[in-house]
Amino acid sequence: MRQFISLLFIAAALSGVSGVMAAASDGIAASRAAPVTVPDTMAERVKPCTVCHGQADRVGRDAYYPRIAGKPEGYLFNQLRDFRDGRRYYRPMTLLLANVSDEYLREMAAYFSGLRQPYPPPEQVISSPTEIRQAQKLIQQGDAARNIPACIECHGKQLMGTAPFIPGLLGLPRIYIAAQFGAWKNGGVMRGQASNCMSDIARQLTIKETNVVAAWLAAQPVPENADPVDVLPPEMAQRCGSIVQRSADR
Amino acid sequence: MKIAVVAAAVAVLAGIGLSPEIAGATSPKKEAKAERSASPLSSVLLQQRQARGAYLARAGNCIGCHTAQGGRAYAGGRKLSTPFGTFVTSNITPDKATGIGDWDEDDFWKALHEGKSRDGRLLYPAFPYTEYTKITREDSDAIFAHLQALEPVVQQNPPSQVASRYDFQPLLTLWRAAYFKPGVYQADPTKSTEWNRGAYLVQGLGHCSACHAERNPLRGMISRKGDDKLGGGQIMGSNWYAPSLTSSLEASTAGWPVEEIVQLLTTGISPRATTSGPMAEVVSQSLQHLTKEDARAMAIYLKSLPETQSHQQVNPPAQTEQVQAWLRYGARIYKEHCQDCHGDSGQGAPGIYPPLAGNRSVTLTPPTNVIRSVLNGGYPPSTAGNPRPYGMPPFAQVLRDGEVALVLSYIRNAWGNRASLVTTAQVDKSREGITER
Repeated sequence: MRQFISLLFIAAALSGVSGVMAAASDGIAASRAAPVTVPDTMAERVKPCTVCHGQADRVGRDAYYPRIAGKPEGYLFNQLRDFRDGRRYYRPMTLLLANVSDEYLREMAAYFSGLRQPYPPPEQVISSPTEIRQAQKLIQQGDAARNIPACIECHGKQLMGTAPFIPGLLGLPRIYIAAQFGAWKNGGVMRGQASNCMSDIARQLTIKETNVVAAWLAAQPVPENADPVDVLPPEMAQRCGSIVQRSADR
Repeated sequence: MKIAVVAAAVAVLAGIGLSPEIAGATSPKKEAKAERSASPLSSVLLQQRQARGAYLARAGNCIGCHTAQGGRAYAGGRKLSTPFGTFVTSNITPDKATGIGDWDEDDFWKALHEGKSRDGRLLYPAFPYTEYTKITREDSDAIFAHLQALEPVVQQNPPSQVASRYDFQPLLTLWRAAYFKPGVYQADPTKSTEWNRGAYLVQGLGHCSACHAERNPLRGMISRKGDDKLGGGQIMGSNWYAPSLTSSLEASTAGWPVEEIVQLLTTGISPRATTSGPMAEVVSQSLQHLTKEDARAMAIYLKSLPETQSHQQVNPPAQTEQVQAWLRYGARIYKEHCQDCHGDSGQGAPGIYPPLAGNRSVTLTPPTNVIRSVLNGGYPPSTAGNPRPYGMPPFAQVLRDGEVALVLSYIRNAWGNRASLVTTAQVDKSREGITER
């Protein structure tokens, strides 16, 4: 019935006989249909996010939209706040979040953090044995000579992150990881407007190194119990103070 | 007409040289000031004054312009781009070197009331002294007391980049002669106290006309009737249109219940309208903090504004076969992307998802705002009254310009709405033009 009425409305509007209701009238005056029923859920409230950030990473028209489900809560909150306040730059996110409170951002972060979605299968990447060794060495041991810590020190032994601020590195596409390295390195645009531990590390790495690391990470399957660990070594907590502390001043 | 006045003034000035204002002559400090400093306020009184000042500074949204995105509150550095150049707002924390720590109440009053800096320089009206001039001395002093009680922030902001052809103080003198009349708000004795309070807040502290005024090419405000310069206009340096508050085709609230106006101002959302863009920012930073009494006073004043003729041209398309085909295509896009939230007959969910049927911000011409809403989406502000708002997804990532144009053309001509079609070129221009918030 409702649809029939709305069809009549549309038909009337299209044939040009309508318009008597005057553009000046206000919303509720003009509509006779029953209001849309809106579920009182977070899923409904984050529709503006999920139009781009779906079940899986995907390449959109203007950018790359990573999956955000299951990432650590503090990490997501930091990203949301940084987008809103212009410390991480991507204009559509800034505009979207312009007047959203910290409390609400935290709630959004908690919602996405708690979502469990299946990870994609590992990418089929062809790397030479030398490249694999190079990647594994950086990931497991780092390079003390250049003051590069092992990835596992912060991102966890299983590379699935350290709650609540450090994201996992598995289950991410190779091009996404490579792009983040580039952004950390160059600073300014997407990441690292203020220098921090990750931008320092990325600047120490050559493009060749970041590529082999990205390729290796993307080729790993996500382990069964994929939850992040929850203790950051004190030395790293200090070194990455700008990531951890800023988040703590809640 | 005003241009003629300016031209005449140019001629006069060319003859007689500089006016006293330009020469930087400052009037001698008033003796009252000496008295004030001789008898310092008791600390209780001072605290009360600071608290009042904090409230008034909120109502005046000083923080809105004097804070950079993600920056320290009141430390300035926000860039305001205008046709006259890019103005960088100043640090108004009490730091002596980079802020206004060296100022006194008289200096502050001179800026607010006369639009002059401490050193006598004329200020550019990007600082809304054309409205702030209506603030009482008592309120000015209270705001100053509040600012002086802030923690000083050492922050040197880059200088404003005024376009060279405007970077000339005598020009400001002329502009002021034509468009600026200093004077504290004078109550209208025929109106209620509440109405007068509302007028004071809207015309003065709230400086609503900084955005909602119609302006001529020299950015002088055009007043059509009485003193209410709220006839709507493009917001300087941004791709937003601030609708007329005095036209029933735009954002006049004459026909609204007072409670709904209060609700919109203080929570950012009401059954008929939702704030977005710059207005959402004003609600978030300023209006939601108003007392119930002040919000109601503003609502009563806004509701009372007499109707002025809109410059809207309701220009609906002729119903040719081609137009009908476009609208049918638009209807399909609507069904796919919009209908879930806004309903099959544009009824929406009032207070959550705005109705589109009869929604004036949808039918506004130029359609700048509605294009922006579709392209960028956004959340209404989180406020105490609406802390967890539902939001609009950005469709710039999903729809092509042509599709945005079609779906908007449909929405503007469905369910009793009547307005011009939106063109792909208009959408495209909005995409490019988005350089400012």
